[in-house]
Amino acid sequence: MTIAVILEQVPDVVEELEIAPSGTDLDRDTVTYVLNEYDDHALEEALLLAEASGDTVVAIGIETTGEIDQALYTALAKGAHRAIKLVGDFEGSWLSTRATAELLVPVLRDLAPQLVLTGVQAPDDLDGQLAPTLAALLDWPHASVVIGTEFANGHVRARKELWGGMTLTVEFVPPAVLGIQAARQAPRYVPVSRVRQVMREATIEEIEVALPPHASITVERLYVPEASGQAELLTGSPAEIADRILELLRTRGLL
Amino acid sequence: MGQRIVVLVEHLAGEATDVTYELLGLARRIANADGAVVEAVVLGEAVGHLAERLPADRVLLLEHPSLHFLAPEPAARALAHVLGSTPPRLTIVPNTSLGMDVAAWVATRLGWPLISYCRALEHRDGRWVATAQLFGGKILADVPLGDEPSVVAILAGAFSADAVEPGSPGTIERVAAPAELEQLRSRVVALERPEAADVDITRAEKIVAVGRGIESKDNVELAEQLAQALGAVLAASRPLVDAGWLPRSRQVGKSGLKVKPKLYMALGISGAPEHLEGMKDAELIIAVNKDPKAPIFTVADYGAVADLFDVAEALLERLEG
Repeated sequence: MTIAVILEQVPDVVEELEIAPSGTDLDRDTVTYVLNEYDDHALEEALLLAEASGDTVVAIGIETTGEIDQALYTALAKGAHRAIKLVGDFEGSWLSTRATAELLVPVLRDLAPQLVLTGVQAPDDLDGQLAPTLAALLDWPHASVVIGTEFANGHVRARKELWGGMTLTVEFVPPAVLGIQAARQAPRYVPVSRVRQVMREATIEEIEVALPPHASITVERLYVPEASGQAELLTGSPAEIADRILELLRTRGLL
Repeated sequence: MGQRIVVLVEHLAGEATDVTYELLGLARRIANADGAVVEAVVLGEAVGHLAERLPADRVLLLEHPSLHFLAPEPAARALAHVLGSTPPRLTIVPNTSLGMDVAAWVATRLGWPLISYCRALEHRDGRWVATAQLFGGKILADVPLGDEPSVVAILAGAFSADAVEPGSPGTIERVAAPAELEQLRSRVVALERPEAADVDITRAEKIVAVGRGIESKDNVELAEQLAQALGAVLAASRPLVDAGWLPRSRQVGKSGLKVKPKLYMALGISGAPEHLEGMKDAELIIAVNKDPKAPIFTVADYGAVADLFDVAEALLERLEG
């Protein structure tokens, strides 16, 4: 059987983010893209499941950045069995979650996986998260904020985080869609040499897709938030900063 | 805006969560400004007592055994059933673990627009504009609500619960469960509460918290030494816990624990919204981070743009010297 994992390249929020002159998108020429970290966890969870069950992992990405190949080859290098890239007139576009889901649904219906895993959220998913959106369109059961999965007697079990350390274990009759918050173990490392080898030997399958009409929201303006409050800065050498911190703690009776 | 504003009530173990009252307060503010009525949707099993004390003009109560824990599939299907029969103008859902299960599902199923991660909803130039935070809180997006029914998912803590006016509870209307709740393809197996931890960070007076800036598991030792020297306990942001460097009982944030210590020293923590939600009420927040634009500096009382290792070592030298 098949486990599908949806991978998305997203702007690296560690880097400076500049807004395009249009005011409604990032300046995509200045963006550094990385794999959505939650998708990396979804891939890890899929690989762990497949290693236990013998299932096939298929990594799927939409080409919006010109860089999705890197994520897909890395997934293959880590152990995914197939990689599929959806191509169309999207490069440089900020696809909404609804649009992303609309593009993926026909492919997933054809693939008929037992499970679809994807990151619980992405830094740019303004109109909601992908897992529940896909679930609604596919009419499959779902869960978000998942931190562990297992197959048991033909069912899928997922541990979903609530809050305050509480978890809810939900059992599904597959197929199901899960939004992964964290895999059971940290995403595995794969050497660059291995990725390069896979790039020489493996093939990414391409599927041409077109976006059907769908409901959408209109972003009027993107902007950098004004600081609601701002810390009083402690400046100087590390020693001077340490002295100032200790002085603050003593003044407040915290030392 | 007019008409009806509906709030999804989040609850567990027979109690509504704090965010529910924050959303009801928001709905009341909008209603007061715009002549709307506030309705609360209560989904659950044996939750009539909740419906009886909610500050809403009307409560829509749908009870079914599958809704005992507000599990994803039944909660989403039940909410879509309640909303779809007579679409309200605006539906407000918490952007929490529950909200993430239902908001996008319901909006997609009903063909309505959804704006997630909202931290403001304001009336400007004759229309309502939602402000959502993106890219880890580094960018905000203004999204006007159109004329169609809309769903907004609101971040916990974005609005005060103080706006909820105590008053006589509204009328309660029972909604019959849809047949689809008898044909679910998922069921809850267990609710697990956290095991007693070695340290209860929610009770700690002083916390040293580390984030990605700590770089490696080996470096956590330095932070532990500093915490001990300060008489503090060590906590962490989510990525370190996910990496297995610290137990989940030490995680501060939205899905971890909320803390309110006298001192919160954040080392190498950028301040993602999910983390800030768990610690912003600390009495004194001191942040050390190399990135001068790190969002942690917007909630910190004092901040140092510096290498955390240099500052931590200098602190240790003085405390142990």
